[in-house]
Amino acid sequence: MLCAWTVSLMQTPNYFWNYVPLLLQILAAVGLSSFIVLASWLIGRHRPGKVKLSTYECGMVPQGDARGRFSVRFYMVAMLFILFDVEAVFMFPWAVIYRKLPGITGSRFFGFWEMLVYIGFVLVGYFYIWKKGILEWSKDQADL
Amino acid sequence: MTVPIVWYLVLSAALFSIGVCGFLIKRNIITIFMSIELMLNAVNLAFVTFANHWHQVSGQIFVFFVMVVAAAEAAVGLAIIISLFRSRNTLNVDQIDLMKL
Amino acid sequence: MNEPMTPSMIAFSPALRILPEILMTLTGVLVMLVEAVLKPRTSRKPLGIVAILGTLAAIAASVYQLFLPAGTAFFGTVQSDAFSVFFHLVIGCIVLVTLLISLDYFEGHTSFVGEYYALILFGATGMMLMTCSVELLMVFISLEISSISTYILAGYRKRSATSPEASIKYFLLGSFATAFFLYGIALCFGATGSTNLYEIAKGVADGASPLLLTVAFGMMLIGLGFKVSLAPFHVWTPDVYEGAPAPVVGLMSTAPKAAAFAVLLRIAYGAFGTAIHIWMPLVWIMAVLSMTIGNLGALTQRNVKRMLAYSSIAHAGYLLVAFTALAPMGIAAASFYTAAYAAMNVGAFGIISYLSGYNEARTSLSDFAGIARRHPVAAAAFAVFLISLIGIPFTAGFFGKFYVFTAAINSGNAWLAVLGLLNSGVAAFYYLRLLAQMYMVPVEPPREADTAHARPAFILAMAILVLAVFALGIFPGRILDLARAGAATFSGPANAASQTVPVALLRR
Repeated sequence: MLCAWTVSLMQTPNYFWNYVPLLLQILAAVGLSSFIVLASWLIGRHRPGKVKLSTYECGMVPQGDARGRFSVRFYMVAMLFILFDVEAVFMFPWAVIYRKLPGITGSRFFGFWEMLVYIGFVLVGYFYIWKKGILEWSKDQADL
Repeated sequence: MTVPIVWYLVLSAALFSIGVCGFLIKRNIITIFMSIELMLNAVNLAFVTFANHWHQVSGQIFVFFVMVVAAAEAAVGLAIIISLFRSRNTLNVDQIDLMKL
Repeated sequence: MNEPMTPSMIAFSPALRILPEILMTLTGVLVMLVEAVLKPRTSRKPLGIVAILGTLAAIAASVYQLFLPAGTAFFGTVQSDAFSVFFHLVIGCIVLVTLLISLDYFEGHTSFVGEYYALILFGATGMMLMTCSVELLMVFISLEISSISTYILAGYRKRSATSPEASIKYFLLGSFATAFFLYGIALCFGATGSTNLYEIAKGVADGASPLLLTVAFGMMLIGLGFKVSLAPFHVWTPDVYEGAPAPVVGLMSTAPKAAAFAVLLRIAYGAFGTAIHIWMPLVWIMAVLSMTIGNLGALTQRNVKRMLAYSSIAHAGYLLVAFTALAPMGIAAASFYTAAYAAMNVGAFGIISYLSGYNEARTSLSDFAGIARRHPVAAAAFAVFLISLIGIPFTAGFFGKFYVFTAAINSGNAWLAVLGLLNSGVAAFYYLRLLAQMYMVPVEPPREADTAHARPAFILAMAILVLAVFALGIFPGRILDLARAGAATFSGPANAASQTVPVALLRR
């Protein structure tokens, strides 16, 4: 019955009704999860202990404040990951239309060489960070 | 039946305005930087909307470039923020005032 | 647009359209790679020389482009014409002189010097690319290449307290401006369905949604206004110029501005050429504000770099006056003014970098007392640049202003010219105050920091700049002809006229 009601709503002109299934989905998700949490809280017994209340850290004993300062190397690695990750973004559209490229550019290998030049520049960057010692975590040779 | 184009543009303008307000009001440099990123994403939304409106891919291509440039900017910006934090031990813009009238 | 259609042209032509940029990039990559394999304590001077050679090659390549017929390449994204060549030459010369000044600036500071040269070259690539882009996507990317390089360069002395602060301010406000510029592009794309300047021009001429276009132009003007430090978007300028190393300030107060003004000219006259009523009032207001705020701000400054920062705001205002003139004359005047301003401003900051050294020993006005007695030649060169900044006859500054204000008067903007002249009068006061400090105030007892001695590269750079200031002031003919030829490329998208003009120019 509910389903038929939704279908009839979706056929009405206000396009907001398109989102009614989404709303129902959200309501169901929120309702079910809060029901489970509430039920276990109401039914279960509460016996808090020191171990139970401590932060769980993958089986290791938690230590220190999470807001302490980290080595800047974490930042370097994260940033380099983002840069090389994002650089790959251009290869996807290129790969998708690679077969059509000769028709678009009017030259058989133009698209191929362009990508080679691009990858060449990425490799130059890779060579640079490698030689600068950023990738060697333990050797403290890079002047950060 | 689709969402009218104006709504996307209003959303984009609202996001952009929130970014501008955040840039002007917030005092922490990281938050200010996040406001700028929000502005860039508002622009991306506008580009995709217009690309859909004109049935042109060029708007979506533009978004690719904006994202990549934003990543490059983030790398450089966070590096500058780290070097600033090392010399000052603060990220509050009100305390970064060695050079003022 | 005017894609060459014969197969042989396609095979060889596109790369030639961006030959200077290719040379700059390859040199930058070479410098970066060699820096990575060099031992930490070795001198980086050879890298500087490589960078200088690469810049010379790029300048030669720009001159070579004059002989190519004007036209677009790479699917209508870049266009090499007399206009782009003019700005290529201005930027190339600025970079050349900056590299010469920097060659001995890093005495005893070997870490990251190679990156310094590489970043200057990459930044210059971006700036050059900006001047020849006719596609807003290209403009955006090249703007970011040049901006990101200069953000890093501004924070180059990272052990000092002021340099990271200058860098972060430049970075935050620069990115803020970029977002505005991008939003402008998005709206432009929305109004006309294209990001190509010629397509946008067509859309504007056809009267595509004027409201959207007005907002779009306003947004782009805000973005570029930040980059060229036009009032009311100038607040970052004094802080950044004070904190950044002096040779870098010389570069970033001229070259990126020249490039951004070139973009602004292409957008205002090229894309929005048929909708002058949209942008004329905005430009008018910004010109008046920049001139006035710049000059009044400079009056109160005690720090010489801050004073020159405010003066650069004022000069951006004078330059904007040229925008209000009618198309060919206004473009030529604005182009010429960027060249004149570049020569004198790079020179002024070059002298400051020489006198105060890597540690910025001299900053305030009183530190320059009696310089004329101790460093007579440097003081004389500084005097030449300051006199040119005032706009006294027989210098580049005079002719630049003369040309700009004449253009404004001819197009019925006499009031703007009057305001500009009044401002120049105010400006004379603070430049003369610095001159008086150098020449009239007696010498203080010599200080330890005063060990500056000129090296050949620096002397060569200053000689080039002093000559340029006088040459632009006394024999501006050839540069002016090139600027006019550049302006002529705006008259029609087919550029039929500009195909012959530049070559005739060289034969003269």
